[in-house]
Amino acid sequence: MLIRPKAGILDPQGAAVERALPALGFAGVGNVHVGRLVELDVEDEAQLQPMCERLLANPLVEDYEVQLLDGGV
Amino acid sequence: MKFGVLQFPGSCDEVDALEAARRVGDAELIWHGERDLKGADAIVVPGGFSYGDYLRAGAIARFSPAMESVIDFAGEGGLVLGICNGFQVLCEAHLLPGALLPNENLHFTSRQVEVEVLSGGGAFTRACGPVTHPPQRLSIPAKHAWGRYYAESETLAAMDGSGQLVLRYAPGENFNGSLHDIAGVCNEQGNVFGLMPHPEHAVDELMGGSADGLRIFESMRMTVEGATR
Repeated sequence: MLIRPKAGILDPQGAAVERALPALGFAGVGNVHVGRLVELDVEDEAQLQPMCERLLANPLVEDYEVQLLDGGV
Repeated sequence: MKFGVLQFPGSCDEVDALEAARRVGDAELIWHGERDLKGADAIVVPGGFSYGDYLRAGAIARFSPAMESVIDFAGEGGLVLGICNGFQVLCEAHLLPGALLPNENLHFTSRQVEVEVLSGGGAFTRACGPVTHPPQRLSIPAKHAWGRYYAESETLAAMDGSGQLVLRYAPGENFNGSLHDIAGVCNEQGNVFGLMPHPEHAVDELMGGSADGLRIFESMRMTVEGATR
């Protein structure tokens, strides 16, 4: 699960990284956002969305995206 | 009256909350694994770093057995005060609208703040006296890294209209970037209140020069005893 700050909500972590990159010589960087990655094994994929809604993300301030890896459909 | 003060793994302000509550009534600790609220007339969800703030501040504490009982207690009209991490827990439990996000400056900040008492939240601020213009101020400490209050603009407008904005950082005091300088909010029914600053750390002028925080606990006592008399 990829969890990131919702668009339009101030993301000070992303802004700090965006300011730091040019200081190291990386030019042309914009729109930096910092989120979270949650990896897990699950038997029933149908549980993933409710997991995100109820615990892993706060849908008021975060968007989430579910990606199925090995064996996923 | 009796206060019940919750204690999670990682709580650190429950002892000060007990001490503050005992200045106006009885108080007892309630371990997070217990469902029994021990006959408390009001609940305090204290500050600290419940469950290490893992995932998001307050996200995991919200599912503890004691919190399930607190959600029922609040639903029946019981008074619930959430301080700092407790405010975060109450938002995660959807007992209060909105969310607390990392401070705009990304720093953990510990300092005395001046907050203004707004018209909402009478059950928790009545001992502050009548609402005045300019508003009365309380001087209480704040110490947190995740205190930036956020709610969607329609929610904020509705909260303003229904008297749910209780405390606001005084001009120049909003160090965490909270929307509309919001420091404390209550639910629509007015029986659940959360704030980022720590009233339990300002109950004696010997400690930090202000006893303003005591008025929050005193207000709760007045509300409960008014209700039971």
